Parts: sequence; structure tokens; C-alpha cells
Amino acid sequence: MATTSHMFMYSLTIQPPTAITQAVLGQFSGTKEQQVITASGSKLTIHRPDPTLGKVTPIFSQDVFGIIRSLAVFRLAGSNKDYLIIGSDSGRITIVEYVPSQNRFNRIHLETFGKSGVRRVVPGQYLAVDPKGRACLIASVEKNKLVYVLNRNSQAELTISSPLEAHKPQTLVFAMISLDVGYDNPIFAALEVDYSEADQDPTGQAYEEMEKVLVYYELDLGLNHVVRKWSDPVDRTANMLFQVPGGADGPSGVLVCAEDNITYRHSNQDAFRVPIPRRSGPTENPERKRSIVAGVMHKMRGAFFFLLQTEDGDIFKVTLEMVEDENGQATGEVQGLKIKFFDTVPVASSLLILKSGFLYVASESGNHHFYQFEKLGDDDEEVEFSSESFSADPSAPYEPVFFRPRPAENLNLMESINSLNPLIDSKVANLTEEDAPQIYSVCGTGARSTFRTLKHGLEVSELVESELRAVPSAVWTTKLTRSDEYDRYIVLSFTNGTIVLGIGEIVEEITEDSGFLSTAPTLAVQQLGEDSLIQVHPRGIRHLLADHRVNEWPAPQHRSIVAAATNERQVAVALSSGEIVYFEMDADGSLAEYDERRQMSGTVTCLSLGEVPEGRVRSSFLAVGCDDSTVRILSLDTKNMLENMSVQALTSAPSALNIMAMADSSSGGTTLYLHIGLYSGVYLRTVLDDVTGELSDTRTRFLGARPVKLSQVSVQGQTAVLALSSRSWLGYSDTQTKSFMLTPLDYVGLEWGWNFSSEQCLEGMVGIQGRNLRIFSIEKLDNNMLQESIPLAYTPRRFVKHPEQPLFYVIESDNNVLSPATRESLIKDSEARNGEAASLPPAEFGYPRGTGHWASCIQVVDPISDKEVVFTLDLEDNEAAVSVAIAPFSSQDDESFLVVGTAKDMEVSPPKSKGGFIHIYRFSEDGRKFELIHKTGTEEPPLALLPFQGKLLAGIGSILRLYDLGVRQLLRKSQAPVVPQTIVGLQTQGSRIVVSDVRESVTYVVYKHQENVLIPFVDDSIARWTSATTMVDYETVAGGDKFGNLWMMRCPSKVSEEADEDGSGAHLVHERGYLQGTPNRLELMVHYYTQDIPTSLHKAQLVAGGRDIVVWTGFQGTIGMFVPFASREDVDFFQSLETQLATQHPPLAGRDHLIYRGYYAPVKGVIDGDLCEMYFLLPNNTKMMIAAELDRSVREIERKISDMRTRVAY
Amino acid sequence: MADKLRTLQNLEALQARYIGTGHADTTKYEWTSNIIRDSCASYVGHNPLLSYMSVGMGESKEKTRVIMLEKMVRGAGNPPETQE
Repeated sequence: MATTSHMFMYSLTIQPPTAITQAVLGQFSGTKEQQVITASGSKLTIHRPDPTLGKVTPIFSQDVFGIIRSLAVFRLAGSNKDYLIIGSDSGRITIVEYVPSQNRFNRIHLETFGKSGVRRVVPGQYLAVDPKGRACLIASVEKNKLVYVLNRNSQAELTISSPLEAHKPQTLVFAMISLDVGYDNPIFAALEVDYSEADQDPTGQAYEEMEKVLVYYELDLGLNHVVRKWSDPVDRTANMLFQVPGGADGPSGVLVCAEDNITYRHSNQDAFRVPIPRRSGPTENPERKRSIVAGVMHKMRGAFFFLLQTEDGDIFKVTLEMVEDENGQATGEVQGLKIKFFDTVPVASSLLILKSGFLYVASESGNHHFYQFEKLGDDDEEVEFSSESFSADPSAPYEPVFFRPRPAENLNLMESINSLNPLIDSKVANLTEEDAPQIYSVCGTGARSTFRTLKHGLEVSELVESELRAVPSAVWTTKLTRSDEYDRYIVLSFTNGTIVLGIGEIVEEITEDSGFLSTAPTLAVQQLGEDSLIQVHPRGIRHLLADHRVNEWPAPQHRSIVAAATNERQVAVALSSGEIVYFEMDADGSLAEYDERRQMSGTVTCLSLGEVPEGRVRSSFLAVGCDDSTVRILSLDTKNMLENMSVQALTSAPSALNIMAMADSSSGGTTLYLHIGLYSGVYLRTVLDDVTGELSDTRTRFLGARPVKLSQVSVQGQTAVLALSSRSWLGYSDTQTKSFMLTPLDYVGLEWGWNFSSEQCLEGMVGIQGRNLRIFSIEKLDNNMLQESIPLAYTPRRFVKHPEQPLFYVIESDNNVLSPATRESLIKDSEARNGEAASLPPAEFGYPRGTGHWASCIQVVDPISDKEVVFTLDLEDNEAAVSVAIAPFSSQDDESFLVVGTAKDMEVSPPKSKGGFIHIYRFSEDGRKFELIHKTGTEEPPLALLPFQGKLLAGIGSILRLYDLGVRQLLRKSQAPVVPQTIVGLQTQGSRIVVSDVRESVTYVVYKHQENVLIPFVDDSIARWTSATTMVDYETVAGGDKFGNLWMMRCPSKVSEEADEDGSGAHLVHERGYLQGTPNRLELMVHYYTQDIPTSLHKAQLVAGGRDIVVWTGFQGTIGMFVPFASREDVDFFQSLETQLATQHPPLAGRDHLIYRGYYAPVKGVIDGDLCEMYFLLPNNTKMMIAAELDRSVREIERKISDMRTRVAY
Repeated sequence: MADKLRTLQNLEALQARYIGTGHADTTKYEWTSNIIRDSCASYVGHNPLLSYMSVGMGESKEKTRVIMLEKMVRGAGNPPETQE
């Protein structure tokens, strides 16, 4: 990073990508339990499928700072632990194991083989491992194949050989797998095409006659070299291979999946071929051929089968038939191949079958699914097609076969795992009147598209909500004796009394024999010693003994108790006079007052005693909060009883205190914390030294507008703090990094909360909200982004928010899908001929397809009150919506209209269309409906629309055009060709327009009002394939491109001033262009590679009181942000931390961190926050080493890292 | 002369190892073929790009992958007639 750069950003991921590139299954812990490892973007995540609950939970996730291209699992013979091989962009092969005791990945081998990057000849695209774990093959798309021999040494450690080459130039690989050959020499099978002849033949005949061949590469373990053992032509359209079990389990060989057929092939067996059944139905094109896009082979007890999925999502079960000898025993010879319809699930990028009878579907788009097998489709009525009736010759024609899709019979959906992939557009807005904004996004493809609301918070499940007679002020729960497992009483305090509820089968009021004083409010309730209880009320302390005797300690005359703190052995109360009275339980179980009272300088507002540490007789600290905005720590040791140990000054009077031991990432164990809530709504957490009582490392957070109340609760086995202000928050340790998290609860605002434990609900909480008593629990701590989704009709392309109403307008379109009108007419035709036709829900089965057709609509989504789509308008005439805007027209008294740009008969690749239209719709019913006013034709599709100074700007091809609203159509006001290729985005501030081009970055254009001209005046020197932009300020634009870069460009100030000079702009028009562009160039401020394609950028605040940051969303579901640095010191600190981390803890897959972030262009002005947060995951000694290098303490570093995130986001 | 020979040998070694390394007589056809094959290999290799294109085209990722690989087979089409 150059020191001259004066803008620095801290890049952080709020939510990692949810798209799964590949998922693999294995016993990574070395136990019988199977785990799933997924690769999403640069993240490697291990999940544990829970067969009893039917759920998949992530255990650990690590960023490898590299592109994960392929994964493979293997096990050495005789071992019971699976290893993972990663094919990445590092030019190295990486072997990794999962260490369950530390919950970390551990790299075992890292072997460099050549160039890095994702290129044509860099191996890593294909990865195949011998089923016996003896060798692996890593191959590139073209030419290169490297074979590594895996073995073990005398210490039973894994060893890896130097690579053996099996290159073949000018040969493309379509698929690669390993063959199951038992313990013979390992064989790898590849689908290859050799293009050398086609490149030499001008007539094109060689290309026509080109063959796709199935090739076997054999690794001779004895001679230690690889030979091309066998090759045979297969179907030219073949795209996938599947391993057929060999050795003792089956005949070995491969399934070759091609368009419309599947063939069994092996070097010593006959070929067998079955067609892939096509869907039948009135809307289905009987000519359309399917191919296999995903699949899985499953072996069980001597049998095996394949589940293969087509692009429609239909899964087919494929089985092999073996020749049987006279005894009915299967010989090694294959007799045929059978295929039948199984079920339909979302199109998968990986399918995994678990031994426990589950199917994990890593979906290509939308939520991932986890199914349970009900049955294996063995004896149902599905038609089975056998290879007997079809020739195995790939060129022989055959009659297509059909099946009728039906709802799932064999699979039962257990869990749908939220995934934002593909995240196509988003908006940050606060529509629910909460203190922090929400993120609204449109995701998914086809009929599985959704509109999602994302909110920061923890999911709460409510158990009880009951209304009380009066408004309680506080609630406690208590056990009756120390040995009680669960709470027995709920004590409610009202302004003038106290009610005790007993917890049993039902919760009911206890009127007699509770011993509690019911005529006064309560300040504290505590189970004391073995079997007694105390109740602190303003007039005194009531000690209830087990034998129903009551000891009362009355408050001194004219004084009352204002605050109390208790634990199981100690009681401290503060009197209205500012005195503190301290009691301790003595040997006979009675409370004894300490003979001195401590006079405080001001009125005491709150007190806290920590829990008695294990093996000790008392907690040695009492925290006292006074209204002079201080917190004092008093010693409770007998030597210096009630003496000051430390003081902390605060910004406001404290309203609540809590001393609590919590898990701590810095020390690795638990640490004593003092939590402080202030009347101003601020929450502080400081470390309390358990010897000296010193307070250090204070962290502050603003929670809400009301005084903060704190209580200690238990969630998922850990101690957590419930902090209540205008919203309820939970402070806990992150499940992976153990760092402190503070997350709002997705629940009503509570006035009081307390821990609650009963037989039904072990770790619950009880709270008061108005007159209601609520009991609730928190089930999950690993996900702090809540999602709500609303289904949409087709793939969303863009959306806008209504200027006033909380409504969104989503434009959706699907290519090669029949429009509703066409579908209906086809169904009508068929009904006329064959009677009623059953229609299948598109959300599961997709829409019927037809080449060249478009289905497109505009939907109005209400995410707040109705939480559904309130209006849908389908587009007709094969138009597809491509852009949307809401524009107020000054010629219509600033009335806002919905403007939608469409393309007619669009073809995507290469881009082509028969022109486009701009539709104008008028809103009705507060925007819940709209109707077409008119549409205006354009020569090319208007891919970008923008309201501009009471008119409408449209980007039509390379032309930027200004329209005004007319009665019959839009009226052209001004236009200019401003970019070289195609305008895809527009942003504006004042008279400046930032135009993004599909592949020529951004151009700034100024609109001269008087002359009514549009003049481009500055553009970029690098061709960026812009995908999204936003203006950060008047001079600066932040944008992303299709290769996964994020950048910020700034206009030089002189150029900017000149462009805005009054007058005609003649000087701009006549200035000579520079190198076939505009006269000036933008300056690059920030550049960073994210891997995911940015789809939207916003300048926004994410938390109440936070600064403005750049929030971006990525196509694969990433949500990230850029936080501007305020001081140069911080930049220096994080820069050196980054360097330390990159060297002390190099990325897992062997990619150099700086090269990864500078994949297309060097990183500029960005600190990688994701790398900095790796610090939390390091072992303690490495943490200390880095801290020593940086001359700071571990705690200080962790605090700086977590502050960067929590100040502005979650 | 020896230097020149060595340079030539080095270049040849490079060309054999890394496809697409140009030489003084690279034709337009060779160059465009290389660019097309390099680009398509990159589309296939970069997963976000592949899904981005798949969503754009309304195809599944595997189909888009095969389309891209077929484009690599084709390169820049038939080579031009060589003039003898």
C-alpha cells in the first residue's frame, strides 16, 4: 500500500457467501459420524448433520484467502479419518485435516506444482482421488494432469510423492473421476476432446468429425509412472462421469452422462445405454433433451445405485443389472442399465447421501435442502426404462421416453438452510421504525426466487405470554434449596406489593406459606445457603428459613433500602442515606451484619456482588454505582473490608451493574467482567482484575433510549448478559472465536428480564413487557442475521422502493421460460383434447421451458404489514423487464410514476434484441397497484433508468437520453453518446451524472441546463466491467465489477470545478479528447478483490449512532462493508497487524494473501478486516507473539479489531 | 549467435509449457483462438462468474460450463486457408 494514498478503507464481511461451490462428505473427526465440508467463495466450512433433529449445523468456518476450485476426500487404507484435498488458485495442492479437539483445520501438506491463478493450464479445476486413497490426480481444463502418490511413512503419517505428469497438449477435459478398481493399479477416467486437428483444418471437416473420448489413465505403482491405458469415443455431448463401484462391490467402470442419454462404459465390458426420460405434460416441449447436471453414487451392503439430476431438478435412480450364474450369484459381468424417476429437488451443485439416510442438496440457487429418505423408490409404480430396448451405439437414433413428474414420495424435507445466493439487488432502509435499518434484497432464480428482509438480531422462541392484573416492576426466579435443579418460584414485584408464583406442572399463585412479604415491593430475591431464602424490600431484609421461621432485619429509622445485591452467601444493601450495609452468612446459616457501614458520597443507584467463585466463601468485590456518575469497586476481604479498590468515572449515572465471569478470547479461559448500564442507554463492559479489583479495557455500546437494566442469564451452556433498553440485547461469546458479541433480540422491548429454568425449558428467560409476563428462550447463537422471505414469481432483476410507502417494486424475468399466456393456451388446448391436466407447483418443479421465450412481470412487495406480494403485472409480447425507476415529472406537478424498461425478443449471449420499450405506470391505492399509461419504443433496450431533475434519464445502448413525460409517449429532450459500449447504470448528484458502462468503467457526465446538453468530461483509464456503482460523495464513486473487484474512483478537483462552472459548457465540448476518451481521467482511490461479484453498493449506516459506511452485496450472497479510517495511526496499526498475520498464519490453501487481494490489480487503500479477524482464531502463543511484535497487549489488539466492527455494524 | 540460439530455445520451452505464449509470427487466428480459450477457461474456473452468466442465460451452471468448454473446442472457428 503506497504511503501516498490518503484514503483508507477497512473491508469486512458481515455475512459470508452462502453459495456452495462444492460439498463433500467424510468422517473428518475420525469417528463414525459423517460431516459435510462445503466450499463457498474463499470459505471452507465444516457442518455436522444431526440425524435425530434432521438439521445441519455449521461447526467451524475458515477463510482460506484463495479461490477454492475443487475439493476431494480420501482416506488412507487402515485409517478411520478422512483427509481433505483442496484444489485452489495457489498453484499448490493442499491436504488438510480437521482437528476436532481444537475445532480447527490443520494443513498437513502443501506442494507447489506451478503457476498460480485460475487459468487454462493451471491444475486445480478437476480433482480425483483413488477410492483406496493411494493416489490423486489434479488436472486443468486444458493439457495438464498431475498425479500424486499418497502413502504413509513408518510413523503412520501421510506422505505425498513428487508429481507424475500425464499431460496431453491441445486436449480439453470435460470431466474427470477416479475408477474404483479395488487394489489394482489406480485408474483415472477423463472425458477429453483433442482440438489439434480442427485448428489445422480450414474446411471445418475436422471439427465436424471431432470425437469426445473416454480415456483411462493408469498409475503404475510399481514403475511409478502414468500411462494412457485405454481410450474410446463416446457421445459428443457427454459432460459428466460417475464412478461405478469395483473390486468386490461391483463391475467397476463409469457412467458417461450425455445430452439425453446415459451410458455405462468400461474397458472390459459391453456398453449399455439408457435415454434420460423427458417430462410429459401439455406445456412441455417433447423435443427438449435433458442432460445430467449433478449426481451421486451410493453404496450400501453390497448394492449400489445412482441418483442423477437433470437441469429441471428431476432426480433419476439409475441401477446396474448384473449377469447371474446358475446359483443366482452375481458375476462380474454387466447385463444392463435401468433408469426411473425418483423425485424432484432443487437443482444442485452437489448432492450428498449420508449413511444415516439423509440427502444433502447444496442448491445452485436459493436455500440448501436437507432431506430424509422415506424409501428408496424400490417398489413404486414408476415406469422403469431398461437399456435392453436401446442400442449402445452413441450415433444410433432411438425413440425418446417420457415420465410424468409428481410430488415427492421418497424424500421428506427436514430443513431448508437459508441462502441468499444469488443475491441480485438490495436496498438498505429503515421501514420498521427500529433504531437500526434493515437490508432488503431480492434473491434466487426462477420460481424459487425470494424477496428477503435481513435484520440484525437473534431468533427468540416464546414459550409463555400471559397478562397480569397490574403492571409489575420486576421479576425474579429462585430455587428453594441449593440442590434444586430447576427454579421453583417466580417472584413478581409491583409498586405496592409482591406476588409469588410456583413453578410446577402449571404456574400458579402461591397465597399462603411462601413466607414472602406481600404488602411491599421487592428489591431482590435470593436463595441463600443450603435451604433458606431472602427477600429484600424497602423496609428491610426478610430471611425465610426452611422451617418456616422468618428473621427480619429492619432498615434503620427514616431510611429505606434503595438498592440491593445478593449472592448465595452475601447480601449488600444501600440505604437512602447513602450508607452501605453488608451481611454475610455465617456458619449456622444466619445472616450477620458487618459492624461498620460504609458511607458513600452520593446516592447509591445500583449494586452488584459477583457470584461466589468455586472453592471460596465469598465474592471479594462489591460494585457500587452512585448518582455522581461513578462506579466504585469495594473490597469484601476481611483485611480491608469495604475499602475502595478502584473507581471508574462514567458519562451518566449507572442504572445497573453486574459482575460476571464470562468466556474470554484473550486469555482463553474465563475472565471476571463488570457490566455497567447507564441511565443514558449506554452499556459498558470492563474487565475486573480478580486480585487488585482494577478496571480495564472498557468497551462501550449504545443500546437505546432508555436506562439499561442488566441480568445474568444462561444460553446454550454459556453465561450471557441480558441488557435491556428500548430494545433487548444479549451479550455472549461467539461460538467460534469466543469474542464478545452483543446482539439485539428479535423480540418485544422488555422492561425487566431474569434467568428462568424449568423442566420444560432448561435455559430460558422470564421478562416483563407492560402488563405481560413472558417466558422465552434463545436457541441459536451462531446466526445473528435474521431472514424473512417472500416468494417471487421469476428471477428478480432489479427493484426500487416507493418514495413514501414501505413498498417495493420488483422486476422479474426468466429466459427460455414460457410466459403465463402461452402456458395457459397450451393447457387449454390439451384440456380440449385430453380433459383435465394436473399442474405442478412451479416452486418445486420450475416453469415449462421454451427456447427464445421470456416470462416477465412486475410485482409489488409489502415486506412490513402484509408480508407478501400484493400485486403482479405480467408483461406480454415476449418483453422482458430490464430496468426500473420511480420518477417524479415536473411537467406533471411532480407526480411520481413507475417507469419500467423492457427488451423485446432479447437474446442474452451474444446480446441481441428487437429494441425495447419504456413503460410508464401510474400508481393507485397508495402505490399498492399501478396501471399502464403508455409505452415508448427505443432502438435498444433501456438498461438503466434514473429520475433526473423532474425528468427521466435513460441509457439506451451507448446513448444517454433525457425524456420528459408526454400524453401519448415520452418526449426526447436531449441526448448524447457518452460511453463506448452499453450503459448499464446511472447515478446522480446535482447536475452530475455517473454513467457506468458494461465494460468501460464509469464516465462522469454534466448536464448543462441552459443549453440542454449532456457533456461527458471525465472517464477511467482501465476497462472495468461495471456491475454496480454508488456515489459516495460528489466527486467519488464506489463500484464493483464482474470479476469481483471493488473500487473507488475520484474526479480530480480541478476537473470537477471546471465542469461545474457556470455558462454554456463550450469549454468542455471543445476540449480535445485524450486517447479516444474524454479529456480527463479519474483517479483510483481504492481497489480490492473480493472474489464475489458486487451486485449493489450503498452508502448507509447500519447501527444506531454508527458512521456512514459503504455496504455492498455480492452475487453469491456476501454482504460486506468498507469502513473509512479516521486516523492514520489506526491505519498503521492495522497495516502492521495484517503483515504479521499474513506471515505468522499464512492462508490455509497456500495462496499469498496480498496476491489474492490483488488478483486483478494491486490492492490500494484497503486493509483486509477479514484477515485481521483471523487473530481471534489463533492459538494463544501465536496471539502473544504477534502482540509482542506490535508492542501491544493481546487484549488491546482484540479490542481494536472488534471495535472496528461493532462501531459501525454487527 | 549462441545467445540468440539460447533465447530461441528458451522461448520454445516457454511455448511448449505455457500455451498461448506468442512469437513473432503469431497470426490473428492463433491470437484470437487463444484469447477465446483463455477467457472461457476463466469463466469455467471462477465460480461466481459462471453462476452470474448462468443466471443471465437462464441455464443451470453445469450447462453453462459445457457451453463454455465447447466454445474452447471451437476457438475462433476454422483456421484461414494458408497461402502457399
